[in-house]
Amino acid sequence: MIKGNFIDNLPKVYGIYTGGFLAFIIIMSIAEQMGVTAKTIGICFVAFTVAIYAIIGYLSRTAQADAYYVAGRQVPTVFNGMATAADWMSGASFVAMAGGIYFKGYGYMALLVGWTGGYVLVASLLAPYLRKFGCYTVPDFIGTRYGGNLSRFMAVVVLTVASFTYVTAQINATGTIASVALDIPFQYAVYVGLVSILLCSMLGGMRGVTWTQVAQYIVLIIAYLLPVFWISNKMGAGFFPHFMLADEVSRIAELEAQFGFVKNTAENLKEVPKGLAGITKAHSAVNATPWAFISLALAMMMGTASLPHVMMRYFTTPSVKAARKSVGWSLFFIFLLYSSAPMLATLSKLSLIDPSLPTGIIGKSISEVQAIDWYQNWNQANLMFVSDFNGNGTLELNEFFMGGKAVVLATPEIAGLPYVISGLVAAGGMAAAMSTADGLILAIANAISHDVYYKIIDPKAETAKRLVVARVLLVVIGFAGATIAALEIQGILGSVIWAFDFAMSGLFFPLVLGVWWKRANKEGAVAGMALGLISGAAYLVWVRSGGSGFLGITQLTFGIFGSAVSLVAMVVVSLMTQAPNAATQKMVDEVRVPAGKSILGKQH
Amino acid sequence: MSKQEQHWEKSKGLLTMTLAIWFVFSIGIFLFGAEMNEVTGPFGYPLTYWFTCQGSLGIFVILIFWFANRQEKIDEEFGFSEKGDD
Repeated sequence: MIKGNFIDNLPKVYGIYTGGFLAFIIIMSIAEQMGVTAKTIGICFVAFTVAIYAIIGYLSRTAQADAYYVAGRQVPTVFNGMATAADWMSGASFVAMAGGIYFKGYGYMALLVGWTGGYVLVASLLAPYLRKFGCYTVPDFIGTRYGGNLSRFMAVVVLTVASFTYVTAQINATGTIASVALDIPFQYAVYVGLVSILLCSMLGGMRGVTWTQVAQYIVLIIAYLLPVFWISNKMGAGFFPHFMLADEVSRIAELEAQFGFVKNTAENLKEVPKGLAGITKAHSAVNATPWAFISLALAMMMGTASLPHVMMRYFTTPSVKAARKSVGWSLFFIFLLYSSAPMLATLSKLSLIDPSLPTGIIGKSISEVQAIDWYQNWNQANLMFVSDFNGNGTLELNEFFMGGKAVVLATPEIAGLPYVISGLVAAGGMAAAMSTADGLILAIANAISHDVYYKIIDPKAETAKRLVVARVLLVVIGFAGATIAALEIQGILGSVIWAFDFAMSGLFFPLVLGVWWKRANKEGAVAGMALGLISGAAYLVWVRSGGSGFLGITQLTFGIFGSAVSLVAMVVVSLMTQAPNAATQKMVDEVRVPAGKSILGKQH
Repeated sequence: MSKQEQHWEKSKGLLTMTLAIWFVFSIGIFLFGAEMNEVTGPFGYPLTYWFTCQGSLGIFVILIFWFANRQEKIDEEFGFSEKGDD
């Protein structure tokens, strides 16, 4: 159904789609004026966008292995960039990033630098070479470059550990949004989210995921940027916030100095609902040590270059050249959202704490704040809380608490934007979480179906049978993820940052050295993957069970330790064992040159 | 040195340069975060704050496109670029 023609018409197809979505937003705002309830608008936004993704998923159905695994390798650079950006930016990036910046300031900004800087490593060290290799999955590269089922299997293990850690958080996010927007209990909403995710990926595999991710990127970027620009203009902060918020940033610093950061007693804090925080850190001042900042950024950068669901997006481009450029486009599309998050955090914070603004609540009397409509709404949603600790009847900076999600979710309402924007934001968050979950589930299912089932268990399997296995695995992994998400133990399994650390512990050096060090061999790679993953995981367990850690490596940066062990193990074991044979060395030479046939055939 | 070896030498040179620039803007400047933040940066933001919001991120975008173009030139020079597609 979607062939040649469709690829040529992509700009037109997605142009019409974008126009249609904007028209839908306008229709919804007219509906709001006419008195349609907020709840109906929320349902319409989520249901309409998810239905579109499902249609795209259905139209992209396929029975061919290379379409299922790598979208037929014909995704143009710019569109692959959009798909990667959607794949990359999770529900957490969308909903929680601005909140993280709002509360933690500079220390959190290390994540922005890390999650973008990693793409330089992807572009220069890995993506073009893996594209030339012609693999379907990341373990496919490891298994062929180093040889042997053990190395392939170890790569699948690392991939599964890292991606599964990540995916439960994403399914959880789709469930949260679905439960709020559709007004159903979370335990069921998780499965509604899961079914939406599977609709995109099951029939078309990578091809379906690619074209839904492009559609999801368009929704999520509109949903993020529109409110930021609107709020900035409405507050009179500036027509183009990114270039014009310097006064607001310095005004926040001024207010911080005026109010001071008063430390609350433990007893007072007991009153505050779980998950809410107050403003305790400076907004734009440097509030972390250089090593704390750099180690976190470094861990995220190396993790970015090791996460298989991102790497496999570059297997879908038509050429090596296109893979390189596509990384640039990916980062450009990510940059659009990431550079807006700090602006949203600034606008949100100033609108709340500046007493000279009509929306400012600090300095007002407590009873006055408690009577505000939006305060009551968000207080009920357990995302806002005030309490008069010092008993003077006035709200102080240290007496105001908010949840991280509220920065994205509540700021439009506080600034007095119409409800249609909140519906749009819900659709954007859903798109962000779904696209990432799809990429992750597909990465795991493809690795198990291609590398474990086809390459190790049954190399003679027919294409039809392989694709059935791939789809069954997709459903099984999705359900496993949803079941764990429904248990709501996200604090343990949902940490997105851990996924980066697991991936870099086990995969960074085996991947990079596979291209850049000819002498690296099978024994070295297996040792690097196994010892890296085990030592990284052991460090995490040790620190979480009260261990002091060393060199300032925390539970968020344990990958630095894991990958260091991986590097040493890989180099030492490689040098102690035989050099790779001539055929492997020749293979590495060929990978380094863009021209010529890929190492693995079109169908393999 | 064979053509292929020369190509790889040049590619490695480009990689070194790319990673050096990457290192400066992802790690190097943040060694002096506190000192740099005293300076006023582009658009009037404190300098370190600006780098974390926009500066480093934007430089990475440009760096990747610059790298991709340079690598293409190297590939063409040795006749190793792919034909036909883009």
